[in-house]
Formats: sequence, C-alpha cells, structure tokens
Amino acid sequence: MNIHEYQAKEIFREYNVAVPNSKVAFSVDEAVEAAKELTTDVKVVKAQIHAGGRGKAGGVKIAKNMDEVKQYADEILGKTLVTHQTGPDGKEVKRLLIEEGCDIKNEYYLGVVLDRATSSVVMMGSEEGGTEIEEVAAETPEKIFKEVVDPVVGLSPYQARRLAFNMNIPKEYVGKAVKFMMSLYKVFVEKDCSIAEINPLVTTGDGEVIALDAKLNFDDNALFRQKDIQELRDLDEEDEKEIEASKYDLSYVALDGNIGCMVNGAGLAMSTMDIIKHYGGEPANFLDVGGGATTEKVTEAFKIILSDQNVKGIFVNIFGGIMKCDVIAEGVVEATKQVGLEMPLVVRLEGTNVDQGKKILDESGLNITSAESMADGANKIVSLVK
Amino acid sequence: MSVYVNKDTKVIVQGITGSTALFHTKQMLEYGTKVVGGTSPGKGGQEVEGVPVFNTVEEAVKETGANASVIYVPAPFAADAILEAVDAELDLVICITEHIPVLDMVKVKRAMEGSKTRLVGPNCPGVITPDESKIGIMPGYIHKKGHIGVVSRSGTLTYEAVHQLSTEGYGQSTAVGIGGDPVNGTDFIDVLKAFNEDPETEAVVMIGEIGGTAEEEAAEWVKANMTKPVVGFIGGATAPPGKRMGHAGAIISGGKGTADEKKRIMKESGIAVAETPADIGETMIKVLEEKGLAKKCKTVQ
Repeated sequence: MNIHEYQAKEIFREYNVAVPNSKVAFSVDEAVEAAKELTTDVKVVKAQIHAGGRGKAGGVKIAKNMDEVKQYADEILGKTLVTHQTGPDGKEVKRLLIEEGCDIKNEYYLGVVLDRATSSVVMMGSEEGGTEIEEVAAETPEKIFKEVVDPVVGLSPYQARRLAFNMNIPKEYVGKAVKFMMSLYKVFVEKDCSIAEINPLVTTGDGEVIALDAKLNFDDNALFRQKDIQELRDLDEEDEKEIEASKYDLSYVALDGNIGCMVNGAGLAMSTMDIIKHYGGEPANFLDVGGGATTEKVTEAFKIILSDQNVKGIFVNIFGGIMKCDVIAEGVVEATKQVGLEMPLVVRLEGTNVDQGKKILDESGLNITSAESMADGANKIVSLVK
Repeated sequence: MSVYVNKDTKVIVQGITGSTALFHTKQMLEYGTKVVGGTSPGKGGQEVEGVPVFNTVEEAVKETGANASVIYVPAPFAADAILEAVDAELDLVICITEHIPVLDMVKVKRAMEGSKTRLVGPNCPGVITPDESKIGIMPGYIHKKGHIGVVSRSGTLTYEAVHQLSTEGYGQSTAVGIGGDPVNGTDFIDVLKAFNEDPETEAVVMIGEIGGTAEEEAAEWVKANMTKPVVGFIGGATAPPGKRMGHAGAIISGGKGTADEKKRIMKESGIAVAETPADIGETMIKVLEEKGLAKKCKTVQ
C-alpha cells in the first residue's frame, strides 16, 4: 500500500525523523491558512499524488510570498499531472503540502528496502541525491553504499556512521545523520514498510539533516496489524475495479486489452496473460482468485471482469489445487445468473474436483466454450473476440 | 530415491482442524502419505480423519516420530508455527500459508540459521514424490512416477507443467514448489543441487517468474555445476513494470527482474527455455530426445 508524502512525514514526526514543518491543504484557502502558520519567508507548494516525478511535471513550486502561495495552490490543485510513474492519463491533484523552505547545503539519497538476496533489510545511501536511484545504479554504481541489517540486532550505530561517511556527509552533520538513519529504520520495521525512500535527504545551513521528500510503501500482508496505516489509504489514487477486488481479497490488476481473465494462482494468471498475447490477443486484466476463494468471491470476481467496458470475451483458466473446480463453476454460473452474459466465455478446468466442476457447467445450460488445455483455451478466446 | 520426501516420510499437519487443512489432510491420506498426527492448540486429544491431534509440535513429534510437518496455520500466526517446527528439530517443514508479513519471514530466516531443518515455502503448493508421498495442496492425480524433477516459484504453474509432462508420458521424480514470496526457505539452487545428486532424476524443469534475481543466480549455478539437462520457463513476460502480479515477489522494479533478462541469462547458461507456458512439456521432450534420454524417461504408457 502507498501513502502520500504528507502522511509519511507525519509518521516521521512521531518517530523523530527530521522533516521540515509543513501542513496538508485540500483547498486554496486551506493552503493560505497553512502557509500563515509556517515561519519561513519561502514556502514550498507540493502536489500530493502517489507518483514520483512531480517536480518535473510542474507539481512542486517555490513561493516567495503569500500571493505566490495562493497563485501556485490555485494552479496545482485540480491539475492533472503526467509523470513517468502516472501513466499517460496522469493523476489529478486533490491535496497539497505546504512546507517551509530551507537552506539546502547538499542533497543525498537514502533508502530502506528488503533485499531478497540476503533475506534482510538493507539501508542504502548515496551522495547523488535528487536523481533517480536507478539512474545512479546504472551509471555510477560505486556511489551507492549498502548496510545489511541483522533483524535481531537492528541497525547498529556503527553501520549508520559508516554509511554516512561513505555518502560523504560532512563530519559535523554525521551525528544528526546517524540519528536520522536509526529513527528511519525504526519506522521501517515497526510500521511493516516495504520501501522507505528519502530523496533528497538534505543538509541545511543551520546544521540540520532533514527529509525533503518522503516515500513510504507498506507490506500489504502486514496491514492486519497496522490499523493506523490502513486508515491512510487514499481510494482516489486507485483503480475502481482494483478497489472492488481488494474488498474480496482478490488480486486484480487492470490492463488495456479486451480479454477478461479469471485464473487461480499468480504464476498461472501471469502466464495466461502471456499466452493470450502469444496468440495475438490482449488481456484486459490480471486476476488471481487465490486459493481460499468461495463461490461468493468467484461471483464477485466475475462481476468485476464484466464491469470493465473494454472486455469483449472472458477466459477462465483454472488448475485446481487448494482451489476446487466445483467452487469456480458454481461462481461462474451464479455470476452469469446475476448479471447476464452476452459475450464469449471460454472455460478450462483441471485439477481438484474437476469432474464435479465440469458437470456443474454442463448442466447450467450456459453458452460456454470448453477448452482442453491452456493453449487451446487461449487460442479459442482470441479467435472468438476477433 | 527422490528429493526431500519419500514413502517413509512421516508428517504432521500444523493447524489440522482448520477447514483447508482438514480437506487436504484427507487428500494426503487418500494419496498414501503417512500423516501421523496434527496440531491445534487446545484441541489435543481429539482425532480428525483418524489422525491424533496434539497441542504442541514437540508433543506430536514425541508421540508419533514424525520427521516432517506441513503448515496450514493462518498468516498472522504462521511464522510462529514455522519456529515451533524448527524448535522440534523436524527435518522438513513445508509452509503452505500465503500472505505472511515479509518482516516475519526475515526473522524466521535468521532464527533458522544453523538449524538442521529445511523449510520449503511459504506460499507454496508443497512437495510431492509421485506414488510415494504428497505433502501439500497439489492435485495428486496429475503426477506420475518418473525421472523429471520439477521446481517452481508458482503453484498452479507447477501443476500445468506436471500435467503436460504426465500427459506426454514423462513421469516426475519429485516436484517441489518453493513459493512466490520474496523471502523463503528453500531456493532454486537448493533444489537443483538435490536433483543433480538424485540418481532417479534425469532432467529438471525449472519454472520462475518476474521479480528478483533468483532465476539468474540459479542459471549461473546450472552453468557451473549441473550435469543434467534443464528446461526453464518464466511467467510474466507481458506484465507491466511497477505492478505487483499477485505474488509479493512478482514485480518488475527499477528495470530489474524482467522476463526477458531472466530468459536471456537462462539461455546463456545452457537452459532450454519454453517460449509459452503451453510448451514446457514439448520443450522437455525435445531436450530428452537430443540427449538420448527420452526412452528412459517415458515412464507412463
């Protein structure tokens, strides 16, 4: 799950991770009010959307006085920002962060991620702040430094110190940088983050080390024990069908094609997309109904697929293991009863309770094209929607 | 011979009284797996599907002599269940549970350092040695006894590959699902090593997916060490970057973990890569014919 920069900064304040004073605003008036409470002459007006690259897209402005705060707030609110992370349609700005300006001496990159190779949390830093870390990794990998954290001990001060010195943070700032890193690690583990990224982390003229930007992503699997984080979810930032799917614990990702897919298991679901493309079709979605799906969940999954206006045909590809074919069949029948079905439906069933599943579909009287294999099914649905 | 499990493996089911666990306990028993007990805290002394239930893993192991466990415990408690099995010094722990918080698994991995227990999973279908023992949730009937080892990050894609092999007459030595989570117990290289040393296994199917670099590392290992032919497949070639495809581990981020890159390195390492998921069986047959192993590996008529 993603949250906004201002929400991440609020969490940082709780943990004494240094951030500039700032306030969120949902309207131009609120932006002006917020600015009045800040003490610096220069204020920064920042668009709050769940995507990076806001600065380049005109979503971050430096205001030298209150008139400019008002002018920029008016300009950015309601504007659709297109960045390299938003997709071509962009995202509409509905929230602003009004923040105190600061006297930047130097910019750095600091990130905390899960490293799969070591099965550990890794903190990484670079003196190349402000630029995309992927670019730094590609062009000057020797400027990225990593500290692998032992989960039992946690991040040790010597590691933070070593990282700070490696990042070429001047020695008079190192003490504050270490404090910053230790607190950031604490946020990461206590809040079940999957990514914590500060880009840039800056040193200031008045001797501080603070986070100018803040990006936090959370492990969806841990949200059950992070109730306060769940409340920070902004549904405006998500696809409607994905929101609906998440209510039923379905794993759904909207895509651009016209063949709706319902599959069990993430690997098979991805491969079903691959094989549809292989036969010249375009998948409309990734949908994994999961292992513990009930008839109700399958029904909802089917309805979500049908709610996509682009969908011209559906391919159900099930290889039952923990998922039983009869449950899938019942769900398909139930959903079509509820919402009707006026497009081609190809079903491939194999695995646990396959015979019961096929029987339910046969006896339903529905117009279903059955497939003998994954390739057969993909081939059939692609030719049916053409 | 086989890998990890065989007809003598005695397994307990952790969380046996849950509905999914009950269903699959029954399926495992029907398959012939030696399910000797189960655990469910507070329900010790009961019996389900003719299997005794215990309060703790320690007690279950002491009473039944089990050497393996399979975990169906819900995600919030699953990491603890793994640690309980490790504490009881089982040889093999297979964790089926999906959606375990990744930081829980980071701690489990650290706690398991130096222990004798092998963890398979979490978020995996389990391990099956056809006609001997099925530990997990895979549909037993698609598996046939034979000489092809199968290792995969994806459950249902494993079934797909096994089904293709069995339909063509090529049985399996063992099929191991290592799971789709970013932090797991057994990895590709562990299983490839085991297959390389297993006299019953003549060739291996390795199924990966986008995200991470486990397939690349495994391919390097194959190039340097594997004496048996390997066929590979990578799911997710058409997945858009930055979108998590169901599995916590299946995401292309920062240009890393793409299917193209994985396939390229696998091919460079001498692995025959199936271009579509429907070609896994055929690709294997072609390789077996080239190596003169087809006749030996055709175990199903």
